[in-house]
Amino acid sequence: MRAIALDPRNRLLVLVTRFALLAGGILLWWILTSRGWISAFFFGDPVGVARRIAGWFVTGSVYTHLYTTLVETILAFLIGTVLGLACGLWLALNPFLAVVTDPFIKAMNSMPRLIFAPIFALWFGLGIWSKVALGVTLVFFVVFFNVFQGVREVSPAVLANTRMLGANSRELMRHVYLPSAMSWVFSSLHNAVGIAFVGSVVGEYLGSEKGVGYLILLAEGVFDINSVIAGILLLTVFALVLDTTVSLVEDHFMRWQPSAGQTVSGHA
Amino acid sequence: MSFTAAVGIKRRDVSVRLATSSADTLDRPLEIREALRFEGVTCTFASNRGRGENYTAVSDVNLSVRDGEFLSIVGPTGCGKSTLLNVAAGLIQPSAGTLSVFGQKLGQGLNRQASYLFQVDALMPWKTAAENIAAGLLFHGRTKADAMASARDWLIRVGLEGHGDKYPHQMSGGMRKRAGLAQALVLDPRILLMDEPFSALDIQTRHFMEDELLRLWSADRKSVVFVTHDLEEAISLSDRVIVMSAGPATRPIAEFDIDLRRPREVSEIRMTQRFLQLHAEIWQVLRGEVLKGYARNRP
Repeated sequence: MRAIALDPRNRLLVLVTRFALLAGGILLWWILTSRGWISAFFFGDPVGVARRIAGWFVTGSVYTHLYTTLVETILAFLIGTVLGLACGLWLALNPFLAVVTDPFIKAMNSMPRLIFAPIFALWFGLGIWSKVALGVTLVFFVVFFNVFQGVREVSPAVLANTRMLGANSRELMRHVYLPSAMSWVFSSLHNAVGIAFVGSVVGEYLGSEKGVGYLILLAEGVFDINSVIAGILLLTVFALVLDTTVSLVEDHFMRWQPSAGQTVSGHA
Repeated sequence: MSFTAAVGIKRRDVSVRLATSSADTLDRPLEIREALRFEGVTCTFASNRGRGENYTAVSDVNLSVRDGEFLSIVGPTGCGKSTLLNVAAGLIQPSAGTLSVFGQKLGQGLNRQASYLFQVDALMPWKTAAENIAAGLLFHGRTKADAMASARDWLIRVGLEGHGDKYPHQMSGGMRKRAGLAQALVLDPRILLMDEPFSALDIQTRHFMEDELLRLWSADRKSVVFVTHDLEEAISLSDRVIVMSAGPATRPIAEFDIDLRRPREVSEIRMTQRFLQLHAEIWQVLRGEVLKGYARNRP
């Protein structure tokens, strides 16, 4: 009886339990702060956060910030993905170049690239482009390593077979390397979306005049914890929306695949 | 030891057969053209055991495949049969020796007269069965509509009607092999190279596929080089069976003409007296090589 009741395939039950968990967490937070067991000054309070978010949307003051952050994120995501795809394919198909550049790429991937933010602010100014540049450096490597791996993982039999069918190198690229790499790219894109957000928000946080990161920075300056938490929640929701969009696109393009492959994990 | 004896028996049997049987596939017109000719082909690979150490997979192979002939190559596992096929396809350049395709030497590049059916699944997993079959035609410059029409035609011929929109992972092993066969044959190659294509299939599907292969082959008699470790399969399909020695430095050590009547039904022909006789003769040669192979691979 109990085993049936806790069936993980029961979608309704799973949803209800998830909702209960969320509501319980918020309730606990609310009780703790409203009773004064923990300080609302340091931990915020759920009602205040909800009021703040509602206020932002009612007055419309948040739209310009949200728009800026989204534009930065999407630009960083797109540019980083295209660059990573192009470089990954190029290097994977040029073994000499791949061997030569290997230590440089490893070094660049290992360095904490967020520290570039001040340099990019100097180069590209305080507008959106310094944040886009930061996001691109983060997204690029995630996509690059996955494409590189994807091309390496092409089944030798599929490659030999396609060559025997008469494909030239351009056709091999289009019909074998690119589709094979795409399955790796798509699983890396989920990572990349989150990382693109990190790039934008950290960039804004370190120096900007617009964006959700800037909003959080301002709120932190006056110890307005409710606004900080509201900003973080807003970012989380939009990251989830972008991630879902990637999933939808992936489902369309990857319909030939029984299940998603493993990714080379990236880090910001 | 038994090699000379076996060949001796073979020679006698063939001559008897030629004299008595008129429905024999062997007595074709004498202007025999050679689809493939290996001359002194040797393939040496750098060994992964250490620097400077080499591994000779095949050594000094002289072999010719007649136009329209169904030739099987049998030998112990890992003896370099696949290497020979890869040379025939132009996927590997031999370290020494030459390969001629219909009298023309094959230098660099692939053998454009040949299609290759691999042991493992080689369909593009991101294309449907029909798209996979049409791919080769597209690479050869046919229009998309034209290629898809031919693909649909071939889907019917290999018994995959109604499965054209399936992706490889949605098909069974047998269906994937059929699609692979159609993919190879749709290009109408003059030579078909097959590397243990049915080894992964269950025995019933396998017999069924062998019959299908014979049916398709008998329509226009392409030259077939069929590599297998299964002697029964080799005998029931072929006009001629070549036995390879145990590796390394493999070479052909005996050949047998298979004078079984065509058209054949593979599961029935295995019950005939002549089949069992041929099987016994070839096995006598093959067994020695298999044992040598085992002895060498033992740690």
